[in-house]
Amino acid sequence: MTNTEWETLSNQAVTICGIVYFLALLAHSAQWASLRKLPADETPTTGSVATFGRFGVLLTALACGVHLVALVGRGMAADPNRVPWGNMYEFTLSATFVAVLGYLVLYRRFGLGWLAPWVLGFVFVVLMMDVLWLHEPVAPLTESLNSSPWLVIHVVSAVLATGVFSLGGLISILYLFKARQVTRDAARQPELVGAGGGPAADDVATGAGSAAADAPAAARGVLARVPMPEQLDRLAYRLHAFAFPVWTFAVLISGPIWAHQAWSRYWGWDPKEVWAFITWVVYAAYLHARATAGWKGPKAAVVALVGFATLLFNFVGINYFFGGSSQHSYAAPAPTSVHGPALAGDVLRA
Amino acid sequence: MAAPELNFVELMRWTWRQLCSMRTALVLLLLLALAAVPGSVIPQTDVDAFAVARWKEQHPNLTPVYEWLGLFDVFSSVWFAAIYLLLVVSLMGCILPRCKVYWQAMRARPPRAPRNLLRLPNSTTYVSDASADEVLAKAHQVLRKRRFRVDPAGDGDAVAAERGYLREAGNLLFHVSILIVMAGFAVGSLFGYRGGVIIVQGQGFSNNLSQYDDFAPGAMTTVDDLEPFSLVLDDFDLDWIQSGPRKGMAQRFVASLSYTEEPGAEPRTYDLRVNHPLSIGGTDVFLIGHGYAPSVTVRDAEGDITFSGPVVCLPEEMATFRSFCVIKAPNAQPDGIGLEGYLYPTFALIDGDPQSIFGDDRNPRLSLLAYTGDLGLGQGTSQSVYVLDKSQMTQVTKDDGSMFRVDLFPGESVELPGGAGEVTFEGIQPWVRIQLSKTPGMMVALGGVVLALLGLLGSLFIRPRRAWVRAREEDGGTVVEVAVLDRSGAGEPGSEIVDLVAALRGDLPEKESKT
Repeated sequence: MTNTEWETLSNQAVTICGIVYFLALLAHSAQWASLRKLPADETPTTGSVATFGRFGVLLTALACGVHLVALVGRGMAADPNRVPWGNMYEFTLSATFVAVLGYLVLYRRFGLGWLAPWVLGFVFVVLMMDVLWLHEPVAPLTESLNSSPWLVIHVVSAVLATGVFSLGGLISILYLFKARQVTRDAARQPELVGAGGGPAADDVATGAGSAAADAPAAARGVLARVPMPEQLDRLAYRLHAFAFPVWTFAVLISGPIWAHQAWSRYWGWDPKEVWAFITWVVYAAYLHARATAGWKGPKAAVVALVGFATLLFNFVGINYFFGGSSQHSYAAPAPTSVHGPALAGDVLRA
Repeated sequence: MAAPELNFVELMRWTWRQLCSMRTALVLLLLLALAAVPGSVIPQTDVDAFAVARWKEQHPNLTPVYEWLGLFDVFSSVWFAAIYLLLVVSLMGCILPRCKVYWQAMRARPPRAPRNLLRLPNSTTYVSDASADEVLAKAHQVLRKRRFRVDPAGDGDAVAAERGYLREAGNLLFHVSILIVMAGFAVGSLFGYRGGVIIVQGQGFSNNLSQYDDFAPGAMTTVDDLEPFSLVLDDFDLDWIQSGPRKGMAQRFVASLSYTEEPGAEPRTYDLRVNHPLSIGGTDVFLIGHGYAPSVTVRDAEGDITFSGPVVCLPEEMATFRSFCVIKAPNAQPDGIGLEGYLYPTFALIDGDPQSIFGDDRNPRLSLLAYTGDLGLGQGTSQSVYVLDKSQMTQVTKDDGSMFRVDLFPGESVELPGGAGEVTFEGIQPWVRIQLSKTPGMMVALGGVVLALLGLLGSLFIRPRRAWVRAREEDGGTVVEVAVLDRSGAGEPGSEIVDLVAALRGDLPEKESKT
């Protein structure tokens, strides 16, 4: 296959996987529309509802496979062939892939059925924005990106961390909604608190079964199927606890090593580095907050979301607003990179 | 009721306790993140001095305020330092006592079983046929096998065990490593230096202060830190992309250097490329930029050569490499001559406008305006070689007063009107910009981060647990109580106890129970 054919294949694969993600979202929506009518502890394993659910997961897996084809095609289309992490479009394509893959891998282990519509909606919207606003044709990498093994090491860890942080952020949002709902229900029906366990009850794993004991008013509807806050909190923590060391490696080890080789300093406080550092500090604060009295629970989740916001800002905001001249800071011929434009005269800078 | 008055010592003690509390550390962390924000939004001297100068020009009123606040050097400002130093103090205040506690815990026996095990959230009980002693011996063995530290002395009718000690060790290691990183970073910025120099092909550089174009030493760097090497740029090669979306971008830059580590040493060669710095002693040499240097000869009114050599022109347009050139011939007679204008590497006239259409030097053309008069070089004030001070010079025009421009292809000459002199474009060479830096302590910082990461992994993924087994002989058999306490707050305590009981009872752990 020629490079152009690979590129066409990649573009088509992105379109197809977007459509299939949407179909998966529809399948899960149909599933959830039927589930709404049932009490939250009742999950049929046969019949149309269950079929829709299984169909949704199947479609998601299919779309994830096509997503991978899109990534591979992107790398094969470049001359010379390379890893598909040269610009924002490719980075977003990769990070969303990681998010979906993470969701699928953890699906069984953590029973993530309840997460399906949220994660699919998120990925679909992000992919759509990626195609509409960030797409650019396959191009050779700039010199400092091209000639370093650290491209693979650094970007793989950054993409991985970003994908998992996204999942963690998504679950933290759900946690906040769920915790609020549970608190409100508890306030409305104080006698049921003892039975169901409030959001700040204790560290005991109540298990999914306790959702049944929750206030009857909350036992139906979409949010009712989301696990209890303690479980969400623990799941969000585990995802963040996985992503944080990966981020540490990306930002504070592989990044500086590469920066030293390419730019002659391992840490220079350029805007990208500053925000990577800010993200690191905020997520570190989240890990501390979860263990600090008075910050546990919703407050810690908010800190995690602030961390996610800084991550997004570093990706979008710094590239577009503070990285230098224009939107094309990524696409302009010479002084471009994952990190933004160069200083005048320093054309080899990434 | 009024609060009781604090005396000074109590106040200090209270302050210390507050500073070392987790809550304060948390607030300081968030404050550190917040304080870093201006460093990315406001131009920073260390990152882009040019952008700072431009910002100052545009905001004359705000500039003094910003300067007073140190907003152009956020990361070396007093308030930023205050935050991270407070954080370090808080960290020390937190870590040192914890080290002591940890040391004691390491040597202590696992805590004794609580009186009523079944009150623990994660506990269970069953009745066994074996005797209490047998159950306890088995528990001892099972827990040891599951890598628990078991209290050898026993605990009366119970066995106490604990595992996951390395979690706290990881936690402590992580925090101590942060101090190591900071120390490495500090050494680098105190004793290191960074400097840049432009070298035209065929020319050389020797590592002493006078040869640098720009030089940023650390606070405690001395001249002795400059290693006495020298290098020559033999050749510079690169590929221009001719088609596709990145047309006009250059790739595969190779600067062929020959260098000697110290005077008299044997010369060696190195192909300097992006991402592949040359290390000479403790100094690293990086290739970070390139451009063109047209060779120009200027003769004055009397026909004497008053300037001759390559002129380093600074690229202004990355896509086309249109570059800005300044030539100074202050000693020309009777008046000094200055030239300023553009080099177009691949010249073309588009709609009557001179332009460069490609970065490669396929059709180089110089297009300069000429000035005569005093260049202002004799006044003692330092002047950039890239800026022509025209305040005491007049532009050279044709004899009829119309605009005059020096437009030259290589090999061509032009006489300045009025017999003021002659300019010749001899040829064109590339130049490269190299950065030289010495960063002592870099390996310390790297080692620190690696240790921090190891500690982090330990503190996040090692799950400390305590387990107790109590056996009591009663009428119907031996009542066994088992409890597990997960102290990490993140685990699934359910599975551990199921496995433990299964092992105690002698059957294999049931797969289904593992959720």
